Amino acid sequence: MHKIPSSEITPEHVYLSRRQFMKAGALAAGAALLAACAPDLTDSTPQDSAGQGGPAPSASAQADELGDPLNTFEAITNYNNYYEFSTDKQAVARLAKDFSVRPWTVEVGGLVHKPTTFGIEDLLAQFPSEERIYRLRCVEAWSMVIPWLGFPLKKLLEAVEPTSDARYVRFESIYRPEEMPGQNSPWYNWPYVEGLRLDEALNDLTILSTGLYGKELLPQSGAPLRLVVPWKYGFKSIKGIVKVELVAEQPTSLWMAAAPNEYGFYANVNPQVDHPRWSQASERRIGESGRRPTLMFNGYEEQVAGLYAGMDLAKFY
Amino acid sequence: MRTKRYPWSGLTPFQWLVHLACWVPLGWLVFDALTGRLSVNPIQDLTLRTGKTALWLLVLSLAATPANTLLGFRPALKVRRALGLYAFSYALLHFLVFIWLDYGLDIALILQDVGSKRYVLVGFSAFLILLPLAITSTQGWMKRLGKNWKRLHRGVYLAGVLAVVHYVWLVKSDIRQPLAFGAAVLLLLAARLPPVRSALSRLRSHLQGRVASARAGKASF
Repeated sequence: MHKIPSSEITPEHVYLSRRQFMKAGALAAGAALLAACAPDLTDSTPQDSAGQGGPAPSASAQADELGDPLNTFEAITNYNNYYEFSTDKQAVARLAKDFSVRPWTVEVGGLVHKPTTFGIEDLLAQFPSEERIYRLRCVEAWSMVIPWLGFPLKKLLEAVEPTSDARYVRFESIYRPEEMPGQNSPWYNWPYVEGLRLDEALNDLTILSTGLYGKELLPQSGAPLRLVVPWKYGFKSIKGIVKVELVAEQPTSLWMAAAPNEYGFYANVNPQVDHPRWSQASERRIGESGRRPTLMFNGYEEQVAGLYAGMDLAKFY
Repeated sequence: MRTKRYPWSGLTPFQWLVHLACWVPLGWLVFDALTGRLSVNPIQDLTLRTGKTALWLLVLSLAATPANTLLGFRPALKVRRALGLYAFSYALLHFLVFIWLDYGLDIALILQDVGSKRYVLVGFSAFLILLPLAITSTQGWMKRLGKNWKRLHRGVYLAGVLAVVHYVWLVKSDIRQPLAFGAAVLLLLAARLPPVRSALSRLRSHLQGRVASARAGKASF
């Protein structure tokens, strides 16, 4: 394959300004180009995902820091584990299409000096989003590379001033069974709950995400606000957050309650510690064929290994 | 006498229907794969769909004998072997997708990754049981093995149970569907126990007798 000289690549600002004159048909062609940049095994045909308008998906880079290409916007927004809608990953986008994310409030409280309930618009205005390209490793042994938009959770926590008793952060998702059919399933203790140790929550990698690929989050990705903790299995990155609570005791997550022997509080990506039923040593990167080895802490060992110094990670799984 | 030039000459319409139906899941899968209808995790789709089809066909093959003995549906016996062979074929596809597409025939990686995982071990055991059954499914092998053929082929009962256990151990939390398959397999196995069988056939002839006498009663008017 021959290389394209950089002089032939359209600079982004030119590309973007030209976009504004494009009509609907050309939009699809642009998306196809973008999709072609990140080769995908099956899904190179662009679809108007969820029928949302707005800017075309865009990211500042085409790969993560390890050089692995971003997954396509189509792949990211059409293959979702969001049991509140469905256990079928391909059905979530359709079922979540009309989920309303406005108005939306996020209650931040518990062991804090300044408990605050934020309207989502105020929250977005107060904490400007930046791009973070992270790997997402699902406990089901598949993974993606996603250009998130978001802000460090640390900033939100600092704004409400945790008291000295606060040890953990507990997150709670929206409970709206009339709009989220999966919440009628008796198999889980709805609403979804997740938790982090305070030092994990304050780590710079931990973000509250508001978008991806330069666009606002779609409902299937956890709009309007979700957690992203890239060194932990995907289920830790709770979606549709309505409540953030600083607490003293370790919270019990939905998955810990559902299967305590299978899901621990930490859920760090760790190829050496198997899920009781599945191995975690390798994974399928969406868009690739075959498998690749799973990296310790999902490749973020340098940034987070210190959080767990001296801990037996097989015991605290 | 009609000459049998092809194995499919002389198939009854019901047999045709069963054969065609057994190809549908594969055709559907190929269609979805070629037209980009699989998810972005196509290997997972192929694994799950071939596995599910194998399980369905295994249950149906186990249902053939009770369909005859309990319901008097004789054509079921004529498709029993085909159902078993199709079940094995989908299990083989399932196995090939796993070791080849998923793990690229990297045996060391497979052993390291899942060599000690119980769901893999029971699934593989079920496959190993089905393998000799598929090989010895011909008339020639039936003759050669004589009495032992039947003994050997009772292995399918164990394969059915192991396949369900494989499924139960795979799902995350909502095990309704695996349990439904489990209940079906257990019922079909129970229907083979001599006391259950004779009780059910007594019930059946009793019901048939009542129907017959009711008809006779009407006819006498």
